[in-house]
Amino acid sequence: MSRPLLYLSYKQDMALLNTSAKRAWTLVLAVVAVTLPFLLTDDILVVLATACAASIGAIGLNIVTGYGGQVSLGHAFFLAIGAYTAAALSGDPDSTRLIGFGITSLPIWLLAAGLVAGLAGLIVAPLAARLRGLYLAVVTLGLVFIGEHIFKHWRELTGGVGVGRPAAVPELFGFQFAVDGAMFTKAQKLYLLMLVLLVIFGVLARNLVRSRTGRALAAVRDRDLAAEVIGVDVTRYKMIAFAVSSFYAGVAGALLYVMIGFVEPGSFNLGMSVQYIAMVLIGGVATISGSVLGALFITLLPRITRELPAVLPFISASSTAGGITVFQVETILYGLLIIGFLIFEPRGLFGIWIRIRSYWKSWPFSH
Amino acid sequence: MTEFVATVVRGLGNGSIYALLALGFVIVYKSMRVISFAQPAFMMAGALLVGYLVMSMNFFLAVLVALLLTALLGAGVERLALRPMIGKPVFVIAIITLGVDIVIRTVVNAFIGLDIRQMGDPWGLKQVDVLGAKIDQRHLATLVTTLIVVAALFAFYRWSRTGLAMRAASSDQEVALAQGVSVGRVFSLSWALAAALAGLAGVFLSTGIGLEQNLWLTALKALPVIILGGLDSLGGAVVAGLSIGIVEALVGSYGDNLHPVFGGDFFLVVPYLLMLLVLLVRPYGLFGTREVERI
Repeated sequence: MSRPLLYLSYKQDMALLNTSAKRAWTLVLAVVAVTLPFLLTDDILVVLATACAASIGAIGLNIVTGYGGQVSLGHAFFLAIGAYTAAALSGDPDSTRLIGFGITSLPIWLLAAGLVAGLAGLIVAPLAARLRGLYLAVVTLGLVFIGEHIFKHWRELTGGVGVGRPAAVPELFGFQFAVDGAMFTKAQKLYLLMLVLLVIFGVLARNLVRSRTGRALAAVRDRDLAAEVIGVDVTRYKMIAFAVSSFYAGVAGALLYVMIGFVEPGSFNLGMSVQYIAMVLIGGVATISGSVLGALFITLLPRITRELPAVLPFISASSTAGGITVFQVETILYGLLIIGFLIFEPRGLFGIWIRIRSYWKSWPFSH
Repeated sequence: MTEFVATVVRGLGNGSIYALLALGFVIVYKSMRVISFAQPAFMMAGALLVGYLVMSMNFFLAVLVALLLTALLGAGVERLALRPMIGKPVFVIAIITLGVDIVIRTVVNAFIGLDIRQMGDPWGLKQVDVLGAKIDQRHLATLVTTLIVVAALFAFYRWSRTGLAMRAASSDQEVALAQGVSVGRVFSLSWALAAALAGLAGVFLSTGIGLEQNLWLTALKALPVIILGGLDSLGGAVVAGLSIGIVEALVGSYGDNLHPVFGGDFFLVVPYLLMLLVLLVRPYGLFGTREVERI
């Protein structure tokens, strides 16, 4: 019987689940996540499924911004590319109004969405590799505006302003996810699908960041000059970070479109980029589980604030009535949360979890 | 020809607004090395205050009072949200300013409501003849005011003791501290200045056309402007602001002859495309300082 947390090899230390507590908690979480669809109502399941899709996008942003240190405000642009690639691939080929190829198989359009967005990321990356810090932030912001313009005008792809087009059809070997079945409802099926995809992409990302590439990215983030001196090919890793992050964004965009169903071409805007930044910051910079927590939090926020008028009567539920509306409360709350987290808990929700964990680990010697 | 003159003057008018906003960005950047994404919020706040104040006083007095209040708001934000973050990575501080922007803008929007608020300015949509071209008076007023403000700002930076302190803090904070410059005061002052400049831009932006919630998007046009001019160059901000204004106006007037692929409102994205093109050649903008890399 060895001592707890005694590692005899590097491999053991770097294992995916390197402590027994982690193994146990992962199992518990997995069981809870799989039983949820049978306990919760459909409307909450839809929100949770959307959160899973958003989590994939947040993980992507965290790879480039949290691990790679490249500030990107252009995430919405890559989400849009993924969303429209998937929608176009799975769209009706006979339609005269819209581009469509009729490929409804989920793995194909999902991968294509990721790859096209990743390619777009690679095209932008050389420019990004030349720039640093806030210059890069503003340039990626420019991408969002240019993208918005393109999507608003390319009606054959996006359906046009105010009209839109149907999202990709989630279908796997003839099994339809987006229709109510005999055993499962639509919401239950979609939730389980998104959950499985989140786990796959989460584990992939976790493996990426604890590999050689991940360490190189962290070195670039911490000090790119120093990284270059010790032999890290900075430009190459910046490009990898951008491409991988855009791939994740593309996948997330396609899935989000499936969940929301109708997307206005103008909704992939600065606000959406900021939302993803908020997910990363509130969840925890440079942690994969933090990204998931942040995405859950931001996606659930509107659902929570919608309950507020019942508790606080001075908040009104509709935008036509006087006083503060729910939407304004939600926006203010979300701004304040960004500020508050950054000032008081820079490590985000994940940091709070670390505190709780170390409290119990060192109990009864809490200091 | 007359259409060309009118277009250029319109471009200079809008360009002055961008220049005012960009100056605010640059002033904050010079003092803190941070892009303050809160500028759109200050712009809206300044314009909203004028909209309320003109109901009880003269327009020019209202502008003065409103700018003072906006400056106070800027200094207050700096003290509450930015001061605790000194020494943290600039990216984190920039995101805090994004949060500040969201909060202030939502409050301002609640006051604006869904209506368009008129500013009660003396120009309205009146026009004058210049070289036979019909030109909105407000564009001329904007241009002239901007030139005066820019001259005053440059004189302030160049010749006043406070301006010297600000330049010192911008070139090296620790050395400035050792020489007795209160860097904290420089931060406050630069935020106040930036907020007031943004407020002024907001006033000019909403004269004639009125103040409505979507105007804040115009403030983001100042971002390509500062990148184009260089983040730490006041002169660059003015030059880039005016040129982007002119290019945008020209594309807006003559862009219809372009290929339909570009779309009808192509002029909206021209500043961003221009920014990308310039950055391909000069990563630090036209007048920005090249970062020295030391190992």
